[in-house]
Amino acid sequence: MPDRPTPTAMSSVTASSSILPAPGSRLPDIAFKWLAGMASMLIFLLIFLIGWELYHGSQLAIHQFGASFLWTREWNPVEDQYGALPFIFGTLVSSLLAILIAVPLGVATALFLTELAPLRLRQPVVMVIEMLAAVPSVIFGLWGIFVLIPWLRDHLFVWLKHSLGFLPLFQGPIYGVSMLAAGIIIAIMILPIVTSISREILRSVPNLQREAAYALGATRWEVLRIAVLSYARRGLFGAAILGLGRALGETMAVTMVIGNNPQIAASLFAPGYTLASVIANEFAEATSDLYLNSLFELGLVLLVVTILVNIVARLMLRSMTGSASGKVS
Amino acid sequence: MEESPYLPTAANARWRDFTSAAVTGVLVVCALFVIAPLFLVIYFLLKQGASALDWNFFTQLPRPTGVVGGGMANAIWGTITLLVLAAAFGVPLGVLGGIYLAEYGSDRVNGWLRFSADVLNGVPSIVWGMVVYLVLVVPFKTFSAYAGAAALGLMMIPLVMRTTEEVLILVPQSYREAALALGVARWKMIMVIVVRTALKGIATGVIVAMARIAGETAPLLFTALGNNFWAHSLKEPIAALPLQIFAYAISPYDDWHRQAWAGALVLMALILALNILVRVFSRDRRHIS
Repeated sequence: MPDRPTPTAMSSVTASSSILPAPGSRLPDIAFKWLAGMASMLIFLLIFLIGWELYHGSQLAIHQFGASFLWTREWNPVEDQYGALPFIFGTLVSSLLAILIAVPLGVATALFLTELAPLRLRQPVVMVIEMLAAVPSVIFGLWGIFVLIPWLRDHLFVWLKHSLGFLPLFQGPIYGVSMLAAGIIIAIMILPIVTSISREILRSVPNLQREAAYALGATRWEVLRIAVLSYARRGLFGAAILGLGRALGETMAVTMVIGNNPQIAASLFAPGYTLASVIANEFAEATSDLYLNSLFELGLVLLVVTILVNIVARLMLRSMTGSASGKVS
Repeated sequence: MEESPYLPTAANARWRDFTSAAVTGVLVVCALFVIAPLFLVIYFLLKQGASALDWNFFTQLPRPTGVVGGGMANAIWGTITLLVLAAAFGVPLGVLGGIYLAEYGSDRVNGWLRFSADVLNGVPSIVWGMVVYLVLVVPFKTFSAYAGAAALGLMMIPLVMRTTEEVLILVPQSYREAALALGVARWKMIMVIVVRTALKGIATGVIVAMARIAGETAPLLFTALGNNFWAHSLKEPIAALPLQIFAYAISPYDDWHRQAWAGALVLMALILALNILVRVFSRDRRHIS
């Protein structure tokens, strides 16, 4: 995929615009076009480079464990035995939790912003959400360790255990650091992007839709449900998937609140580990080559999954909004 | 949309109005939930960070374990160094790429480029760190400021490229035609007329990208590595605020926790300052966004 468009670009160099004057000035022109072209082709090169380097860096692990790496449960540096399953599990569960929390909240906020809020209120709220997006992961992690986790441990988790303790999800000892804490902190971090894309999508719903529903005597909620949400469904789904792409790769804050224990537990109160956080945590102390290679393979898994998720999300958003939805950040 | 609610019996109407009002309330509460974390984070940053912030924090090096006091002077300087280096590397490439997209590329190539840039934006930052580790740290056998800056700079490229393209497209076509009609070479026309006109927008995009990478920790973990002392050259490991915050936050010492909050406050202030700068820059082109 990365190389394909190159020939087109190159051939169009020769067919460049003909308004230009004196032949002497052609050379710098061509040179400049090439320079700019190379810079943009760097994008393809980078995608290729990332994949190739990670693949190359994980050779040992790939040879040693083959595909079973993906579903091996054991991660034991002492015995040089590595499997990715606990991390894949942790990444999926924490991201899924985050999506379950963030998408309803984000879509609701987007609805609030596009359909309900007084005009004067919209800009400030949007600004606050943009600011939230600017808070670095490591600061959320710090806040998570010292503010969120103690509160979750002493209040929310206790309450959940009391009221929903009959479910295996909410059983077992409460440590504070846990899969659920990670899910919550990731949710906070992906809320801005989910909200802002949902908002773009909702804004692209034609007003005629709403007017038609109101004209039929629908209440506000009925308008939202029948005319707006069902129309925007696909795009909102794309926003959720894009949020998922972000969630999968969140590293620092997750590392700081998930407890970093490679286990597969049914309880959301139990500590877990994700692909990104095991890399952040153990890379520096990876003593054997196989250990390091296994970490690279985890990185490769993470890369492939996030790229696929992102491609799906972009395709869905593109078909929804028509444009490539440029402001998506 | 299943049951037809169009027969206005009184009970039905009341129920529908009630549902609508209830949903409205729920939406408001959700919006409050979404904006609450920002205020909570900033409240605790100020509460915990301000008390730990003193002159020493900006002028002194970290003290060894167990010795109270010290500061993050090297980390603050390191973050600034990394940002400048990253921009020096990422901005020209990003801007040139954006120029290609806006001025040269065919629709098909551009479609692929934009798509790839967006996908590249979604690559987890820790992956960038691993790749740069393989490309720059392993061959040169040392963690370095260069490697850290490269990881951050690479992350900037797709960001800057997309924003540059967006503002260049907004420059009226007639400007280009006028310059070309005067016999100006195309590259000169682009640099002197188009880029010049859009300079403010490009600068905004660059600052946005810098604000985005200023707080990045994951790509620095195995590239810049961090350093408890001053880095004497860019070929050495260098400290950075996010790295130092991370290291202190997960440490068991109270004094380090205090300093982590102070560091977080400084980092947040830096990022907010960059964001405010963006708002000032983009005030007179609000209609664009």
